[in-house]
Amino acid sequence: MEKLLELENLHVSFQTYGGEVKAVRGVSFKLDKGESLAIVGESGSGKSVTSKAIMRLLPNKIGSIKEGQIRFQGKDLAKATEREMEKIRGAEISMIFQDPMTSLNPTMTIGKQIMEGLRKHQNMSKSEAKERSINLLKLVGIPNPELRVEEYPHQFSGGMRQRVVIAIALACNPKVLIADEPTTALDVTIQAQILDLMRDLQDKTGTAIVLITHDLGVVANLAQRVAVMYGGVIVETGTVDEIFYKPKHPYTWGLLASMPKLNAESKELLAIPGTPPDLMNPPKGCPFAARCPYAMEVCMDHMPDVTDVSSSHKAACWLLDERAPKVEPPEAAVVGGAR
Amino acid sequence: MLRYITKRVFAMLLTLLIIATLTFFLMKLLPGSPFNNQDKLTETQRYALNEKYGLNDPVPVQYINYLGKLAQGDLGYTFQFDGRTVTSMIANGMGPSATVGFEALVFGTLVGLVLGIAAALKHNTFIDYGAMIVAVFGIAIPSFVFAGLVQYYFGVKLQWLPVAFWNGPEYHILPAFSLSVGVIATVARFMRTEMLEILGTDYILMARSKGISKNAVILKHCVRNSMIPIITILGPLSIGLITGSLVIENIFAIPGIGEQFVKSINLNDYPVIMGTTLFYSFLIIAIILVVDILYGIIDPRIRVAGGKS
Repeated sequence: MEKLLELENLHVSFQTYGGEVKAVRGVSFKLDKGESLAIVGESGSGKSVTSKAIMRLLPNKIGSIKEGQIRFQGKDLAKATEREMEKIRGAEISMIFQDPMTSLNPTMTIGKQIMEGLRKHQNMSKSEAKERSINLLKLVGIPNPELRVEEYPHQFSGGMRQRVVIAIALACNPKVLIADEPTTALDVTIQAQILDLMRDLQDKTGTAIVLITHDLGVVANLAQRVAVMYGGVIVETGTVDEIFYKPKHPYTWGLLASMPKLNAESKELLAIPGTPPDLMNPPKGCPFAARCPYAMEVCMDHMPDVTDVSSSHKAACWLLDERAPKVEPPEAAVVGGAR
Repeated sequence: MLRYITKRVFAMLLTLLIIATLTFFLMKLLPGSPFNNQDKLTETQRYALNEKYGLNDPVPVQYINYLGKLAQGDLGYTFQFDGRTVTSMIANGMGPSATVGFEALVFGTLVGLVLGIAAALKHNTFIDYGAMIVAVFGIAIPSFVFAGLVQYYFGVKLQWLPVAFWNGPEYHILPAFSLSVGVIATVARFMRTEMLEILGTDYILMARSKGISKNAVILKHCVRNSMIPIITILGPLSIGLITGSLVIENIFAIPGIGEQFVKSINLNDYPVIMGTTLFYSFLIIAIILVVDILYGIIDPRIRVAGGKS
């Protein structure tokens, strides 16, 4: 099957007064047509930076792609010109942002904000674009779209605004939709609705989704494959089942263990002790070694190789080396009790 | 919207009444009387003049009489010239004052916007620093210093422009420029800060992610949103222009209201003091009202009750 989007050894750095921050340090993944991939990790793991790098929307002066390729339909976006990117953004790849309260222009009607992309990419007339906007609003489940299209963002609730943002992102039938924490800023009940909507729309439009999140519940709902990111690298990838039921990397164990569970006897929320590595001076070895309860000497000095657990499941951890001691995931990291 | 405006106009009239009252009694506390310094007048003549203008009545009676006339739109007669109404004096002075003020406001805002936008787009380059140095000078140095400088340089030394008086378009340039310096500085600083903030918002990133070009995003999404605070400061800025014009009109010998205002206080010309004060107050309150209405038009979030649906 043809790969739609393929990242290879992507490095992204930010120039700051303190020095170079290596936010993404060699990320590779593939995305098929119509597939949904979740990138999971805590704040600062480089997941949002990766998505902005794909869109080439890194802050101009300080952020840059140092190395690697972003192949989209055979074209390397890492080397594309601004003009070429303008044709791809919105039309081929589009993006949903975290906070619907701030991602819409407060002084423009939502109709105009949807129409903007349509007019640019599909040369639609004003009336055509407006008709399409109304249809899009209907598609994302906004009642009275004919009236709502003339309204301003402040007249919408948070969940409704996120629906509008989704409508804007899907306006030109993009092949890839990057959703950067699409439900983080929403109420839990609204989160479920938005996730349902996204799944439903994916079925209808066949858009591939890159879902960026730190919420494993969201992953289970929407994704087929998962990439776990830590310290600017992907530490484990696999199908949702593999990641949830046969996790191999201690960081993934930590993430799973810190998920609140309804049936847990302990009332305490588990956390991974320590803080993420300082990416201005990234560790020589495994980025998680400093927080890893199973860390060995080799972890501090050498970056672990990627080990194939199965054809779809890969993890970068020294524990998977045949010379390493056998370690079982902790009790708390076991999802649903059965493996 | 109509109800809101009616309410605001009513509040405006009430404010004017309070200002009229305060000014009236404060003015009566001023030492001297209009006809005291005219030595040639006899006691009888002075009495007759005071009687003619109603100045022999008790102050509260004068106040009631004044308000009665004011309600009919009558600002009374000046004491300086026989039979000239205060209204006609204000009307005569308004032309030059309004012209200079308006020119300074428009020129200052436009230049300020351009400087501010350029500084924000070229953030942390020498264009940014240059624009901000200009702005700091503009805020720190009062307009009358600039007035003197440009008068000397362009008027006396280079002889490109007239030094003073009010006889044609070329006479507007120096006073309007001197007056606009503060506006340029303030607008540039506000616009820069606001643009920088808005360039960093999610909705700018969102607009860019739709494939809209950078320039179009700046024009359509950024500048308009950055203008909101500019419109609010235009109110206070216009008021600053009004006070600034008092000095500028005197420096450039422009026959405006500011000049008359200063003169009337020196001469104890009660009706003119009252008339010009009320006129200035009216202007300032009206500016605030217009700004509030404009604010609502640009920013739909603050369109007041009744504006929705």
